[in-house]
Amino acid sequence: MAIIKTENLTYVYGDGTPFRKVAVDNVDLEIENGEMVGVIGHTGSGKSTLIQHFNGLLKPTSGSVYIDGERLWDDKAKLRPVRFKVGLVFQYPEYQLFEETCYKDIAFGPKNMGLDNAEIDRRIKETARMVGIGADVLDKSPFELSGGQKRRVAIAGVMAMEPQVLILDEPASGLDPKGRDQILGLIREYHQQKKNTVLLVSHSMEDIAKHTTKILVMNKAKLFCYDDTVKVFHRAKELEEMGLAVPQITRVFNRLRSMGIQFDDDVYTTKYAKELLMRLLADK
Amino acid sequence: MIKDMTIGQYFPGKSPVHRLDARLKILLTIAFIVMLFVADDIKGLGVGIAFTFITFIISRIPLKMMFKSIRPILIIIIITAMLNLFFVHTGTPLVEWKFIKITDKGVETAVFMVVRILCLIVGTSLLTYTSSPIDLTDAIERLLSPLKKIKVPVHELAMMMTIALRFIPTLLEETDKITSAQKARGADMETGSIFKRAKALIPILIPLFVSSFRHAEELALAMECRCYHGGEGRTRMKQLHFKLIDLWGTLYLVFFFAGVIVMNKIG
Repeated sequence: MAIIKTENLTYVYGDGTPFRKVAVDNVDLEIENGEMVGVIGHTGSGKSTLIQHFNGLLKPTSGSVYIDGERLWDDKAKLRPVRFKVGLVFQYPEYQLFEETCYKDIAFGPKNMGLDNAEIDRRIKETARMVGIGADVLDKSPFELSGGQKRRVAIAGVMAMEPQVLILDEPASGLDPKGRDQILGLIREYHQQKKNTVLLVSHSMEDIAKHTTKILVMNKAKLFCYDDTVKVFHRAKELEEMGLAVPQITRVFNRLRSMGIQFDDDVYTTKYAKELLMRLLADK
Repeated sequence: MIKDMTIGQYFPGKSPVHRLDARLKILLTIAFIVMLFVADDIKGLGVGIAFTFITFIISRIPLKMMFKSIRPILIIIIITAMLNLFFVHTGTPLVEWKFIKITDKGVETAVFMVVRILCLIVGTSLLTYTSSPIDLTDAIERLLSPLKKIKVPVHELAMMMTIALRFIPTLLEETDKITSAQKARGADMETGSIFKRAKALIPILIPLFVSSFRHAEELALAMECRCYHGGEGRTRMKQLHFKLIDLWGTLYLVFFFAGVIVMNKIG
């Protein structure tokens, strides 16, 4: 059964004012359990609005959202458990840190879930290890840390709730290349370990190609497509028309093909590009 | 959501009221208030009502927006009406029951006061609905500039006001974001006792404070990078100019003001 399902989901900002804007337009979507989904779209295409529906932060103007088969907003009291089931990490999550120590800040979510102290402690230690924060950092104030470390603490704060679905809105933006790879690597590791569903919003097609199995493309408030990563990047022309791109390596290989070099598959990661090149060279 | 709140409540448009010079609009609003208080009977006030109504129609502000600005004052209006109704005892009594005594004069004063307050609110909200906050602060700075002679830091005050206004939407948006982020971690702000709810605000207020300081620092740095050094010798990107429409606006108000005075004399 689909873990996330939407039916005719529509959301309108500022209805009835001159600033009215349709942010999400009639989206029908089904995301299966255990997927690692990349969410892409031009700035203002409705990605962020869409993902805020999945944990009941925004109420659809019309249409419905089902999480694990249960329709949201039928009973407002049931929204809080949904937020523990679907963890959402916002863009620049380090701006939400508020506690005296990182330990206490990571504990905020699990505490709200009503877990006992031993369980909270176990989860904090586990997620801290997973995101690569040492025990000494846990006792520090989050305001003393570097940007990258703050980001890790903030992500750990959501991971510690052990949600069935983890949604991250540009978790790597504003970090240096090494920090990017580390953060995305740990998210992938988390996904493989916990076998849960992860949604990753990103502007970097390279990151998406490297880490996800499926891609959800939003364009002008509408769902453009939701399909396997390979199939989506196969539609390079359409993506480019939307102001999106395909990974650089794919562009290079598409160009090679148009220059007359024969190969079957599409290339969208450097790892595969290397294999293919080796094969092509060996054939020669 | 917080975003839906109207602050600064500017309603963009291109009506003649919008196009008036903001300085003049402030002066005209003051004249309008004086006009409402000069009117001392129903007939004079009738002219005031006509002025308010016509200006409102010209400005093309939706009725819904106007109700929004009247709603918070509703209680004051009701209390004013009650006080006048029950405590004005001159004139012929209409109802007399135990200690309650309502006279025709009381009813008249009550209606008069309510209409006057309504006109006052509608008229002054038109000012804020039809001029952007930035135009308004600019206009206030210009109007107050004579005070510079007596060492009032007019430019600095206006700059502070402009910055404060500029950051209201930013901070609201930030509050919204932080609230969502904490809600996503299961923060519960809607249930529980007042004490519990106040405590639930801590995870929002602390990040908000931190980010306000960050904004202030960044802004100060950006201003210094552009060599901001205060008001002296500073030129403006948007020059305010009086145009023909401003003359018409003034004549329009003078006409009604004269009407009120005439009505007072006849009455």
